[in-house]
Amino acid sequence: MVAGSRIVAMGHYQPSRVVTNEDLTKTLDTNDEWIRSRVGIAERRIADTETVADMAGFAAEKALAASGLTAADIDLVIVATCSSIDRCPNVATRVANKLGIAAPAAYDLNTACSGFSYAVGSADHAIRAGAARNAIVIGAEKLSDVTDWSDRKTAVLFGDGAGAAVMTGVPDGEEPGVGPVLWGSAPDKGDVLRIEGWRPYIEQEGQIVFRWATTELAPFAIEACRRAGVDPSELAAFVPHQANTRIIDGIVKRLGLSENAIVAKDLVESGNTSAASVPLALSKLIERREVPSGAPVLLFGFGGGLTYAGQVVRCP
Amino acid sequence: MATREEITSGLAEILEEVAGVNQDDVAEGKSFTDDLDVDSLSMVEVVVAAEEKFGVKIPDNEVQNLKTVGDAVTYIEANA
Repeated sequence: MVAGSRIVAMGHYQPSRVVTNEDLTKTLDTNDEWIRSRVGIAERRIADTETVADMAGFAAEKALAASGLTAADIDLVIVATCSSIDRCPNVATRVANKLGIAAPAAYDLNTACSGFSYAVGSADHAIRAGAARNAIVIGAEKLSDVTDWSDRKTAVLFGDGAGAAVMTGVPDGEEPGVGPVLWGSAPDKGDVLRIEGWRPYIEQEGQIVFRWATTELAPFAIEACRRAGVDPSELAAFVPHQANTRIIDGIVKRLGLSENAIVAKDLVESGNTSAASVPLALSKLIERREVPSGAPVLLFGFGGGLTYAGQVVRCP
Repeated sequence: MATREEITSGLAEILEEVAGVNQDDVAEGKSFTDDLDVDSLSMVEVVVAAEEKFGVKIPDNEVQNLKTVGDAVTYIEANA
């Protein structure tokens, strides 16, 4: 029997092409000061040739290599994405094929920007139920494919990338490393953030999304901590969805973190990468050894749907 | 019941705290965006703070109608 699951290792991938705010001013009526003060982004990475599955695969390869497990050990692959143009085969089986994972349960999940926490929750449940032993969970997006590059309201916001986690079971008697997921949605507000139609572009009512995110989400983040038995003041790091530094600051103000807690602000160099933003930011924190192994970290995603999900995980 | 002057000075306090506006610049005729340089996200923060301060509900679809300080004062006066 397993007591739960834990994250063993993380990996991430970003395309090599950097697009700065200055670059965007060549085609858009915008400027660096405006983007930095309103959103907090300085630059983003944009994929030229890579697909969502390519980026997901690169991130997953790194996570698997760092985990000590092999492809033969993996029996579940979940990819959170809302921007894959290729629908079938799904991204998860494409990734499995690239990595030589022979016969995993493999599915994609779309809850937009909250996708990674939904996927970690789903993998945790599968492992607890005995439906899987070891999982790779990925957030991957190529938002540049669904961005209207002539719309200055949205084109300055998004980027491409992927982050991945390898998860495994924790035997009975040991402390699980993934806390209970707090997940939900506000479907009545769903129409304020859209990627719709046959040639879809991201559209949003920015003020309404901002108000929802800064006023309604902190209690859910606090509840995710409570379910894990961790007080927000005990968190070593907070890794929220990377949409806007002012949203992050607005949530942090209500959380009650300690002064020493790290708050991820990877959007400065990556933009908003939707489902990829949380695993990208977490993977980089781990790579830079900013969070000690075993320390509690609150993941919290929110966005299109409007959906939200979070859980406390122990840093691998 | 607060007077228009009291609501204006309450809004001025909020505008200073949330958006760094000099309280002396706040008057009923001033436009939030054009005169006081309050951006669209700061406007949301002003609205949320005003809801708490004046005990009033300002729904999402109403925010765009509040162009000037006077608009906000009138809305708060009528709905508080």
